[in-house]
Amino acid sequence: MTAAAATRDFPRFYGKVGSLHRERLWALRLSYASLILAAIIFLAPPVYMLITSIKTNAEMANQSLNPWLVRNPTLEHYMAILGNPVFLTFFKNSIIVTLVVVAITMVISVLAAFALSRMRFWGSQVLATGVFLTYLVPDTLLFIPLYQIVGGLGLLNSIWGLVLVYPTLTVPFCTWIMIGYFASIPKELDEAALIDGATWPQMLLKIFIPVALPGIIAATIFAFTVSWAAFVYPTAFITRPEEMPLTIGIVSQLVRGDTFAWGQIMAGALLAALPPVVVYVFLMDYYIAGLTAGATKG
Amino acid sequence: MAPDGTARVLEAGTVPRATGRSVRVSSLRRLARRRSTIAFVMTLPLILVIAGLVAWPAAWAIYLSTLNRRMTANIGLDNYLILLESESFRMIIWQSCFFAITAVLLKALIGFWLAHMLHHIPTRGQRKWRGMLLIPWVIPPALSTLGWWWMFDPSYSSINWLINVFGFPSIPWLGTPWWARIAVIMVNVWYGAPFFMIMYLAALKSVPEQLYEAAAIDGATSWQKLRFITLPMMRNIISITVLFSLIVTFANYDIVRVLTNGGPRDTTHLFATYAFQVGILSGNLPRGAAVSLFMLPILAVAAFFILRGVTRRVKEVG
Repeated sequence: MTAAAATRDFPRFYGKVGSLHRERLWALRLSYASLILAAIIFLAPPVYMLITSIKTNAEMANQSLNPWLVRNPTLEHYMAILGNPVFLTFFKNSIIVTLVVVAITMVISVLAAFALSRMRFWGSQVLATGVFLTYLVPDTLLFIPLYQIVGGLGLLNSIWGLVLVYPTLTVPFCTWIMIGYFASIPKELDEAALIDGATWPQMLLKIFIPVALPGIIAATIFAFTVSWAAFVYPTAFITRPEEMPLTIGIVSQLVRGDTFAWGQIMAGALLAALPPVVVYVFLMDYYIAGLTAGATKG
Repeated sequence: MAPDGTARVLEAGTVPRATGRSVRVSSLRRLARRRSTIAFVMTLPLILVIAGLVAWPAAWAIYLSTLNRRMTANIGLDNYLILLESESFRMIIWQSCFFAITAVLLKALIGFWLAHMLHHIPTRGQRKWRGMLLIPWVIPPALSTLGWWWMFDPSYSSINWLINVFGFPSIPWLGTPWWARIAVIMVNVWYGAPFFMIMYLAALKSVPEQLYEAAAIDGATSWQKLRFITLPMMRNIISITVLFSLIVTFANYDIVRVLTNGGPRDTTHLFATYAFQVGILSGNLPRGAAVSLFMLPILAVAAFFILRGVTRRVKEVG
C-alpha cells in the first residue's frame, strides 16, 4: 500500500470511531425491537389460548368486546375438563405410552450407542450411518405400511400399538446423539477401566452413563417430548376414545360442532401442553443441548 | 467413533501372525470374539427397530403401492399414473412444494435474523430471550394449532379484531384457498422459526471472535463481516438445517390436519394429509402408499446432502 493511500485511509478510520458508539447503540435498539416483536408474535397464540380458557362463554360470544382481554376470569372450563373422565383417560394413556416408550428408547439407544462408539465391529460404521438415515425418514411415509403391520398384529385401537411404533420416532435420534456424547468421552478413561479389570457392562454403568449424563438427560427429554406430541400414528391407528392419547383425543373428541366448547378445548390443550413445557422450563439447557446436538455433534 | 487404543490392540490380536505366542493370541481372539458378540447383542434391539419398523415398512410401502385397491392383484405403476393424471393431485404436488419451500425459506430467514439479534444483545439477557422465543417449538404442534384455529375462527377471529382496529377489513383466513394457504404457512413458520434460531445461535457462538476483530481492524463493514465471515463459517450448518427442515416440512401433517383438514376444496392438502385421506379414511391403502411415496425423491436428495454435510462437519470438528 502506498503512503498516499495510507494517509487517505487514516482520517476515514478515525472519523468512524466517533460514530461507532452511536452505531452500536442503534444496533442494540434494533436487536431489542426485533426481539420484542418476535416475542409478541411467538407468545400470542399460547397467551390467547390461556385468555380463552379463563373466559366465560357469554363473554366469548359477545363480539363487541376486545377478545384479548378477560373481564371476569373463571376456572369453570378447567373444572369441567378435569371432571371429564374421557379427558382423564387421554391423560392416562399419554402418560403410560410416553413413559414406556421413553424407557424402551433409552435402553435401546444407550446400549447401541455404547457399542457403536466404542466397540468397532463388522458393519458398525454402516449401522451408524443407517441410524442417521432412519432419523430422516418421516412418520408420514411409514404410517400406511405400519397401519397394516400394526393391524396384522391386532394392535390397532390399542395404546400398545403406539408403544410398538413410537420408537421409530425416538430411537434413531437418541442413538445418534448418544453416539456423539459417548465418542467425546476420552479413551484414557476406558483404558484405565480395562486395566483395572472392568467388564464391558461395568464400564457402561460406572463410567459411560455417569460421564455422559447430560447427554442422557437431553436424549430422555427428546424422547419424552416427541412421544408426548406424536400425532400421525395415533390419528391413523386409534379411533376408540378410550385408547386415545391426549393430542388426538383433544383434536378429535373435544372439537365437535358446538361453537362454545372453545373454553374447554383451550383449557384441555393447555393442560396437555403443560408437561413438555414444564420439562422445558426446568431443563432448558439440556433441552437445547439435545436440539443442537444432532447437527453440531456427530 | 475414532479408533480407540484398546480396539486397535484387540484387532491386531485377531490376525494371528505370531504363532509362537499362540496361547496369548487365542485368548485374545476369544476376547475379541466375545467383544463383538457383546456388541452385536447390544445393537440387536436397535437393528430390530430399524429393520422391522423402518426399513421393512418402507419396502412394504413400495410393494403395497403396486397393488390394486382390494390388494388382490398387482397393477404395476397404475396407482402412480392415476394420481398423476388427476388434476387435483397435480395441484397437491404443487401445493406441497409451494408450502415447503416458502415455509422453509421464511423460517430460515426469520431464524437467522433473530439469532443475529440475540447474539448482539448482552450475554446476560440472552438466556431469558432464548427461553421465551423457543416456546412455540416446545408446545406440541397439534395443540398449538388448535389455538391458531380459534384465532382464525371466521366470526370470532382475534387476529381479525386486531386488523379491524387498524382499520383494515377482516380476512377470511381459512375460507378462501389463498388465505388458507397463507394461514397454514404462517402457523408452520411460527412453529419452526425458533428451531432455526436456536441452531443458528449455536453456530454463531462457535465462530471465533478473533475473525471479527481482525476484520474490524481491516475496516470491514458489518455487511462485509456477515458476507465474508459469518456466512462461510455457518454454511454447513445452514445447509444441514435447511435440508432437514425441508424434509420435515414436506412431510408435515398435523398443522394442515388441525387447521384446514385439506380444505377449502382440497387446496391446502399436502402429500401427508392427502395420503391419510386416501389411504386410511377412504380405505385405499395402496394408493395412499403411492401418495406418500411421492415424498421419497425429495427425501432422498435432501438426505444425501445432509449426510454429506454431517460427515464433513464431523471431519472438521475432529
